[in-house]
Amino acid sequence: MHNFEFVKPSSIADAALALSGEGAQPLSGGQTLLPTMKQRLAAPEVLVSLTGIAEMQGVCTGDGGLHIGAATPHVVVAREAASHFPALAALAGGIGDPAVRNRGTIGGSVANNDPAACYPAAVLASGAVVVTNRRKIEADDYFQGMFTTALEEGEFITSVVFPIPQKAAYVKFNQPASRFALTAVFVAKFDGGVRVAVTGASNNGVFRWAEAEAALSADFAASAIAGLTVPDTDMISDLHGSAAYRANLVKVLTGRAVTAAR
Amino acid sequence: MPKDTGIGASTKRREDIRFLTGRGVYTDDLSLHGQTFAVMVRSTVAHGRIVSIDTAAVEAMPGVLAVFTGEDFKDVGGNPAGWLINSRDGTPMREPKRPVLAHGKVRHVGDAYAAVIAETYAQAKDAAQVLSDATVIEDLPAVVDMRGAVADASNRVHDEIPDNVCFDWGWIEDNRAAVDAAMKAAPHVVTLELTNNRLVPNAMEPRASIGEYFPGTGDYKLTTTSQNPHLTRLLVCAFVMGIPENKLQVVAPDVGGGFGSKIYHYGEEALVLAAAKRLGRPVRWTAERTESFLSDAHGRDHVTKIEMGCTLEGDILAIRTETLANVGAYLSNFSTATPTFLHGTLMAGPYKVPHVYVNVKAVFTNTAPVDAYRGAGRPEATYSIERVVDKMCRELGLDPFEVRRRNLLTPDQFPYTTPVGLVYDTGNYQATLDKAVELADVAGFEARRADSAKRGKLRGMGLSTWIEACGIAPSHLVGVLGARVGLYDAATVRVNATGTISVMTGAHSHGQGHETVFPQIVAEKLGIDASSVEIVHGDTAKIPFGMGSYGSRSLAVAGSAMDRAIDKIIAKGKKIAAHMLEAAEGDITFADGKFSVAGTDKAKTFGEIAFSAYVPHNYPLETLEPGLEETAFYDPANFTYPAGAYICEVEVDEGTGKVDVVSFTCADDFGNVMNPMIVEGQVHGGVGQGIGQAVLESTTYDENGQLLTGSYMDYAMPRADDVPFYTVDHSCNTPCTHNPLGVKGCGEAGAIGSPPAVVNAVIDALQRGGHTHVTHIDMPVSPNRVWQAINA
Ligand SMILES: Cc1cc2nc3c(=O)[nH]c(=O)nc-3n(C[C@H](O)[C@H](O)[C@H](O)COP(=O)(O)OP(=O)(O)OC[C@H]3O[C@@H](n4cnc5c(N)ncnc54)[C@H](O)[C@@H]3O)c2cc1C
Repeated sequence: MHNFEFVKPSSIADAALALSGEGAQPLSGGQTLLPTMKQRLAAPEVLVSLTGIAEMQGVCTGDGGLHIGAATPHVVVAREAASHFPALAALAGGIGDPAVRNRGTIGGSVANNDPAACYPAAVLASGAVVVTNRRKIEADDYFQGMFTTALEEGEFITSVVFPIPQKAAYVKFNQPASRFALTAVFVAKFDGGVRVAVTGASNNGVFRWAEAEAALSADFAASAIAGLTVPDTDMISDLHGSAAYRANLVKVLTGRAVTAAR
Repeated sequence: MPKDTGIGASTKRREDIRFLTGRGVYTDDLSLHGQTFAVMVRSTVAHGRIVSIDTAAVEAMPGVLAVFTGEDFKDVGGNPAGWLINSRDGTPMREPKRPVLAHGKVRHVGDAYAAVIAETYAQAKDAAQVLSDATVIEDLPAVVDMRGAVADASNRVHDEIPDNVCFDWGWIEDNRAAVDAAMKAAPHVVTLELTNNRLVPNAMEPRASIGEYFPGTGDYKLTTTSQNPHLTRLLVCAFVMGIPENKLQVVAPDVGGGFGSKIYHYGEEALVLAAAKRLGRPVRWTAERTESFLSDAHGRDHVTKIEMGCTLEGDILAIRTETLANVGAYLSNFSTATPTFLHGTLMAGPYKVPHVYVNVKAVFTNTAPVDAYRGAGRPEATYSIERVVDKMCRELGLDPFEVRRRNLLTPDQFPYTTPVGLVYDTGNYQATLDKAVELADVAGFEARRADSAKRGKLRGMGLSTWIEACGIAPSHLVGVLGARVGLYDAATVRVNATGTISVMTGAHSHGQGHETVFPQIVAEKLGIDASSVEIVHGDTAKIPFGMGSYGSRSLAVAGSAMDRAIDKIIAKGKKIAAHMLEAAEGDITFADGKFSVAGTDKAKTFGEIAFSAYVPHNYPLETLEPGLEETAFYDPANFTYPAGAYICEVEVDEGTGKVDVVSFTCADDFGNVMNPMIVEGQVHGGVGQGIGQAVLESTTYDENGQLLTGSYMDYAMPRADDVPFYTVDHSCNTPCTHNPLGVKGCGEAGAIGSPPAVVNAVIDALQRGGHTHVTHIDMPVSPNRVWQAINA
C-alpha cells in the first residue's frame, strides 16, 4: 500500500468539498478499495471516509419506499430492512462473510458496480432511485456496464430509495471460490408488473430480462418462463462457468426466485 | 471406560491454548534488532530469457541496502532432488540445477530472479517493483500442457532436456510382459482416463524466513517455516551454500500448517542467509498470499490412463497404468519420489491382484514445481484404482460393495507381498468395510434417496476402500529405491534432576498435536503425570538429527525412537534402583512409576531415581555414569499400512450442477490409537482436504502459463459449510506388527481415501438419475462441469 491522506467529514457538504480535491476518492466500508490499495492497484492520494456522516447511515421508510443511507453496512440492512423488504434484507445477509457484512456498505457496492455483486440486482429489479450529493438517478439509467455507472467525477451516493414490491426474492448461485454471485436473479412483483434483474452473468453487468418480465407480469409462476430461452451471447465465460452454463442459470434461478417470492 | 490420561486418552491439545489465544510465535512474529526486509522479484512470464536486470535503477533508491540476482548464486550448488529415479532403459533421471535465484532463464510465473533488501518492507517493495520494470526478459513460448511438452521437442523448459521428460519409469519393468499378457487374456478390460487435479497447499501461515549472521563466531541462524529443520540444514549446508553444518542453526518455531509444502528447502532460505552475511544484519522475508500461490510447491497433477482386466464376476486380474506426472519447472526435493515410489508401489490397492504394471513419465513444464502434498502419490494411486473399480462395477452390472469384498485381501493372507514391491504386514479390510457399511446405514440409502428426490435432488452413494504406505520409511529399502537420505528418526529423553522430562524429538509439529500426544506416551510408560513432560522440537541446536514430519511418520518413526529412548531410561533406572535398594538388577521391576524389588515392598519412585542420578551421593559411580538422559535413533523395519473404507453420499442439483456432500463415513485402521480425539481431528482435516480436491480446488494455468487461480477469489478452498458432519470410526484396529507402539499413522488417510468416494457418489447420483451417459467427470466436480456433463 502507498501512503495517503485520510479525512473523515461529518456532513455531505464537507465530503463533497473534500472530494472535489485532486486525487481524492471516497472510502466507505473499504472491502473493495482497501484490498485494491494493498495490492498497489490503486493509489488514491486522499481517502475521504463517508462513514462518519449521520445522514448517510441507517434504514427508514419514507417517500418512495425504503431509504437506505449509502454508508449503511450490509449487516444493518439485513437486520433493519427485514420487516419492510425481506428479499432485500436476505440479499444483504448473504453477502460475503460476517466481517465483510460488518464493514461493507450498500453505497460502496452500488458505486463499484462489480458485475458479480448482489446489490445492483436489487436496485435494478426494484426500480430504486440512487440519490447522490447532486441528483437522483433512476436505476435504469444508473448502471452502465461492468464497473461503470452514471456517477460523475466528485459525485457520490448518499442514499438509495427502494420502492417496496408486493413480492420479491433474490436467488444467488455462489461462485465457489469468491462466493460472489456466479449468477443471481432478483425478481420483484409490483402492482404495475414484474421486474427481473440478473447479476453475475453478463459481460455488460447487471441487466433486466425483458422476456421473463413480460411472461411473469402475465402469470407470476415459474412455469410462465418454461418456454423461454436465454441467449448466451454476451454472457460471461470464465473458469467457473461457460456462457451457456450462465445462460442456463439465469433461467433456473429466475424460476426458483419466482417460487420463493413472498 | 475411556481413559482420561496416558495412551488412549482424548487429552485436549495443550498447544491449542497458545494458538487459540494468539500467543503462538510464528516466524513472522519475531522482530529482531537491526532487521532488514527482503522482497523477491518474480517473473511475470512463464518462460523467458533474462536479457538484462538493471540493478543500478534501484541501488540508490531510499532505504535500499542490497540487490541480489541469479549472478550472485551461479557458483553455489543447486537445491537437489532427494531421490534418484532411473528410467526404464536404465538411464538416470535428468536433474537440471535448481538455482537460488533464476539465472539465464525464468521458468514459471513467480520464479524469483532477483531480491531487494531494504530498511523497510515498503521500501523493498517499491524497489522490487522498479527492478521488475527495469528488467528485460525475452518471452519464450510456454510449455504448459504435459502432452504438448512431451510431443514438442522444440520447446524446452530446460535447454538441455529435449523432450521435457525427467524420467520414464516402469514399475516393475520385468513384470511388464506378464501384465500385458494377463490384460490380453482378461474376459473384460475397463479403461479410464482421468486427471488428478493440481492443488495449491494453502497453509494458513505463508512461508517466511529470517536469516542471521554472527560475524564474531561466523555462525548463521535460519528461522524458517519448515516441517523438518534438520533436513533444511543439511540441504542448505551440504548442497546449496557450503556452510559447515555446525555453523548453521535452523529453527522452525510455531508453524501454521504445511501439508507437505514446507518439507522442502526453497531459495528464499538461502537468500536471507547470504544477504544477512553480506549486510551483517538480520534479513527477513515473508511471502504474500499471491507469492504462496505462485511459488509454494504444488501437489498432485497427474494425467493417467488406467486399465483393469477382470472376470465378468468382478475378480481383478491385472492393472496397468500410464501416467504423465507434472514436476513443474524444477525438481523440488521429493518431487521425483512422489509420483514413483509413493504412487506406483500402491497400485495394487488393498486387493489381491496378480499383475500390476505402472508407467510414469515425469514432465517438466513452465509451472510451479510440484511435490508431495498431504498423501503424496497415494491419493493419486487410490483415486485411479477406486475410480476404475467403480467403473468396472457399472460396466458389468455388479454391486460395488460385493466386488470389493471379492477382491480385498483377507486377514489370513498377511504378510502379503504385492506385485509392486511392498509387504503389507497386517490388516483387516473386511472389518473396516463392514463397519463403514453399518455406520453409513447403507441399508437406509433408498429411503434417503427418495427423500432427496422429493426435494428435487439426485442422491448418490460412493465407496472407496483404500490403503496407503506411511510411517516413512525403512532406510535400507528406500535406499535401494533411490532415496538419497535415510528416513529414520531420533529422540532424546532428558529426565531433569527434579523428575520433569524434556523430550527432544526430530519430528516437527505444525498442527498435528505432538506436544500433547508424545507426553501421553511418556506418562503412560513412566507412570508419571503428562504435565511434567515437555516436547522440544524444531531447533537443530536442541534436538537430535531427525528427519521431521511428513508421510504420516511422526508417531510411527519419531514416536518409536522416543519409545526406545524411554526403554533405555527405564533400564538405567533399574541399575540405579538396584544399587539404592541393594538388590540385583534382575530383581528390579518397573511399574506405575516405581522401581521395586520383586516380591518385596522395597521401592523407589521414579523421582527419587532421577534425583539420585543427578545428585549421585548414593550411586554406583564406578560402573554407571551419572545423569539420566538417553537418545535413540529408530529406523523402521517396513512402511506402515493404514487402510479403511469410506462411504460418501452426495446430492446433485440437476438445474445448477451443484454437488453437496451430505454425509461422509470413515472406518479406518490406524493400528493402536494414542489420542482418539486427535486422530479423529486428523481424519476430519484430511477428508476436508479430499472433499476440497474432489469438489472445489482447481489450479488452472492458461496456455501462456499464467496462473488463473492465483488468489482466493478464484481458487476455491473448502469452507466449513462445504463439508458435512463426519462419522469417523477407528475401532477395527490391527496394530502395526513392527514398531513398538503398534501405530500406523493417520495424518494423510482422509486426503487419500476420500476423493474417489466423492466422485463415485456423484457418478452414482447421475446414473441413478437417468444420466447414464455420464461415466466420469474430472475433479473438481464443479457445478459447471457437472452441468456440462449432464447436458453433453
Ligand atoms: C471476502 C469478500 C466477499 C464479498 N462477497 C460479496 C458478495 O457475496 N456479494 C457482493 O455483492 N459483494 C461482496 N463483497 C463486496 C462487499 O459487498 C463490499 O461491500 C463492496 O464491494 C464495496 O463496499 P464498500 O462499502 O466496502 O466500498 P469501498 O471498498 O469503500 O469502496 C468501493 C468503491 O466505491 C467507491 N465508493 C464507496 N462509497 C461510495 C459512495 N457512497 N459513492 C460513490 N462512490 C463510493 C470507492 O471510492 C471505491 O471505488 C465481498 C467483499 C469481500 C472482501
